[in-house]
Amino acid sequence: MSSSPRRRLLAYFARRPAAGSWALLTPGLLWLAAFFAVPLVVLLAYSVMHRGTYWGVAPGFTLEHYRRFLDPLYLAIAWRTLWIALATTGLCLVLSYPVAYVIARAGRWRNILLFLVILPFWTSFLIRTYAIIVLLRGGGVVNSTLMGLGLTSAPLELLYTPGAVLAGLVYGYLPFMVLPIYASLERLDLDLVDAAEVLGARAFARFRRVILPLSLPGVAAGSLLVFIPSLGAFLTPDLLGGAKTMMLGNLVQNQFGPARNWPFGAAVSFALMGVVMVGLLAWLRVRDAEAAA
Amino acid sequence: MTRRLSPLLVALVGGIFLVLHLPVLVLVLYSFNSSRFAASWSGFTLHWYARLLERPDILRALRLSLTVATLSTLVATLLGTLLALGLSRRPFRGRRLIEGGLYLPIVTPEIVAGISLLILFVALRVPLGVGTVIVAHVAFTTPFVAVVVLARLRGMDRSLEEAALALGADEVTAFRRITLPLLAPGILAGALLAFTLSLDDFVITFFVAGPGSTTLPVLVYSMVRRGVEPTINAVSAVLVVLTTGTIALASRLGGTRGA
Amino acid sequence: MTETPPIVEFRRVSKSFGDSRAVDRVSFSVRRGEFFSLLGPSGCGKTTTLRLLAGFETPDPDGGEVRIDGEVVNVRRPYERRIGMVFQSYALFPHLSVERNIAFGLEEHRVPRTEIPGRVERALGLVRLAPATFARRRPHQLSGGQRQRVALARALVLDPAILLLDEPLGALDLQLRKEMQLELKTLNRELGMTFVYVTHDQEEALAMSDRIAVMSAARVAQVGTPADIYENPRTEFVAGFIGEANLFDGQAGKRGSGEATPWTVTAADGARFGVPDHPGIQEGAGVRIAVRPEWLDLFEPGAVPAGENALPGTVRDIVYLGETMHVVVTMSDGRLVRVALRNEGQLLNPLRWRRGDTVVVAWRPEDCQVLDPE
Repeated sequence: MSSSPRRRLLAYFARRPAAGSWALLTPGLLWLAAFFAVPLVVLLAYSVMHRGTYWGVAPGFTLEHYRRFLDPLYLAIAWRTLWIALATTGLCLVLSYPVAYVIARAGRWRNILLFLVILPFWTSFLIRTYAIIVLLRGGGVVNSTLMGLGLTSAPLELLYTPGAVLAGLVYGYLPFMVLPIYASLERLDLDLVDAAEVLGARAFARFRRVILPLSLPGVAAGSLLVFIPSLGAFLTPDLLGGAKTMMLGNLVQNQFGPARNWPFGAAVSFALMGVVMVGLLAWLRVRDAEAAA
Repeated sequence: MTRRLSPLLVALVGGIFLVLHLPVLVLVLYSFNSSRFAASWSGFTLHWYARLLERPDILRALRLSLTVATLSTLVATLLGTLLALGLSRRPFRGRRLIEGGLYLPIVTPEIVAGISLLILFVALRVPLGVGTVIVAHVAFTTPFVAVVVLARLRGMDRSLEEAALALGADEVTAFRRITLPLLAPGILAGALLAFTLSLDDFVITFFVAGPGSTTLPVLVYSMVRRGVEPTINAVSAVLVVLTTGTIALASRLGGTRGA
Repeated sequence: MTETPPIVEFRRVSKSFGDSRAVDRVSFSVRRGEFFSLLGPSGCGKTTTLRLLAGFETPDPDGGEVRIDGEVVNVRRPYERRIGMVFQSYALFPHLSVERNIAFGLEEHRVPRTEIPGRVERALGLVRLAPATFARRRPHQLSGGQRQRVALARALVLDPAILLLDEPLGALDLQLRKEMQLELKTLNRELGMTFVYVTHDQEEALAMSDRIAVMSAARVAQVGTPADIYENPRTEFVAGFIGEANLFDGQAGKRGSGEATPWTVTAADGARFGVPDHPGIQEGAGVRIAVRPEWLDLFEPGAVPAGENALPGTVRDIVYLGETMHVVVTMSDGRLVRVALRNEGQLLNPLRWRRGDTVVVAWRPEDCQVLDPE
């Protein structure tokens, strides 16, 4: 039998269930507050302060750093970031849907195929990005193959283009799209597809009218899971994009680094955070709607 | 019931799988290429692996990466599991907010998380080093552990715990003998995720690491920046084999427990 | 019965999945307008048989044929067969309203847009759902019984020649199930539509069907009217699956002459009983017979009417079932026999048997059902 202080403690928490929950939550929440939330608040504060003479910030309040964002130079970067993120999402969707569909119908091959989809995800992102460099660079595999086949006579400029960044992001985030679509297709009641067939629907109509609409929650979740990290990408455009394909993430690094304009860098960070937050809220809604269905 | 798939679709998906795995396969292949200039194959060699052994900085970085990943995983697994347990009990005011808030660190761009942490450390004059790297890794991996463990908890049959209580166990005993064993695969999965995320992280580490605390990704990054060279291929191949092996082993262990 | 060709015909149809045979050389035919049930325990192959008829599965290529209206349809797609189907899970499209669910098939059959609302409304009327209330609801806003009706309306609106129903009432509670049984029967009669109905519930099959195919272990064990199946079961499986049956074993003696029950069978304990003629019986060979509990009667030793088969036993238990009383008797060889007696009202006319009484179980020889060896 247990000692009585333990019983008394349990009785205490039984009377105050919330206290028990908070006792469990406190250590983790404290850590996240100190090393995630507080830094963000400091960054937010920096974004409305004056620029320091050499680096850092000087006291005062201003919104000029947010206004500065309207400069065509920066708007162009924001625009590029947006379309690259959208294009990444679209490409991932087009590639992932058939993959997810085949896996969901693959019977006993299913687990092996799922493993193959997730496998690259466990390989270092940095190394996968480097692998793209090896493929795309001037003397790389793609160019030498093209020239070997006689399709091109000189190496194409493949690296340091928006296309290279796109390739890197799609390659990096594809599993995030495949898995939620697979989950929604796997849950799909096959009787519904059969019912549509008895009612006269040919293969394409079955897909368009039954399978696709019922997998939309998975599509939405996957799209957000790809879109959000693409928006904040730093490493991929840094290594594959070069100076001409700068995205917002690189702009942030640039302002804290060589440009030495910390408040502007902070302001760009929060512009980015704003869009990401919208994405997060959308994702939570999709998830809750799906859980309720 | 399995329905037949159109061969065209299967071929298309096969092609996608091929493209998905081609880059890393090429990388591993070229780590055995005796030519310095990766594009042309000029024979098999282990030369680049031998070169690895002559590079104490690479070995040091690998050892540091493993140390950081191990320590931060231990702390993050503990904190994350406690968070999940706190959130899985009966509802209380603010629970949804906290749960939603857990996703914030997950979706925050790493560059923002890394730089904000850097300015905090600079403002507080904390010397950058292994300590700051571990602190940062715990902060960004804890929410992942919490989410994975929480999902497992939600999928668990709570009546098992109630059955234990009805059989005379108190809450602590019921947790230790029923909940914890059932939760173990989830905790293991969360820890594994934390470990690989930490081992893999470049962006956050890049900002909070000091001169003496170069992890392997940071070192590889600087090598890549300097230019493509076959030693990186060899490092990559070693890392690929290492992580894939860990995952295969872990999923086998997890599989036998019915995870 | 006049000679109309069967609307559905199975000729030695088999279906294998990998190494296992779900349906094994099954043959039967369904007449036009008939309510035909496929009855059997789970895993007996009845659902696969229905899916073969629907066109979701293709028969093994071993010469077996599925015919509809005399035409071989082995490889025809479901939408080329003029069938409707009601699924066990109802399979209502969760993202579409009730009216859009019902309109789905009309749209796929390119029915003119202007005709659709009227036909949807008529279909809802057929299953007695008020269009004003239900048309715009989503499936998850309906009760189980209402979903069932919508699923039925969705199948009926296309006016199929054959309606396939896969355990459609399985998920409903008893009260609702009885109500829907009657309605389905009425629809079958009034629409003149052929119904092929899959169920594992023997009472349901007896109550609704014109004819039943009893399936067991991938094969058809017996096809017949409910009365055929119940009163003249051919195998031990059919006797035991539909209703209750007491089994008696013995060895056939010499064939007597002229009478309705020419065979005398001797049980292992030496008891003898008369058995009607049956092509399966051979002199000296083993015989197994089934007798329904309600065809048995109980007597005090020595009081058995002349000419009846009689076996001694001891009352072990008395079970009150409402309409009937079951008296469980332990026979001299240790086996249990159930005797059903009409309940005359236990308060006013209590049963005269008590536990431990020595009794004789008796029945008329012509009530023996001789079973085929399986």
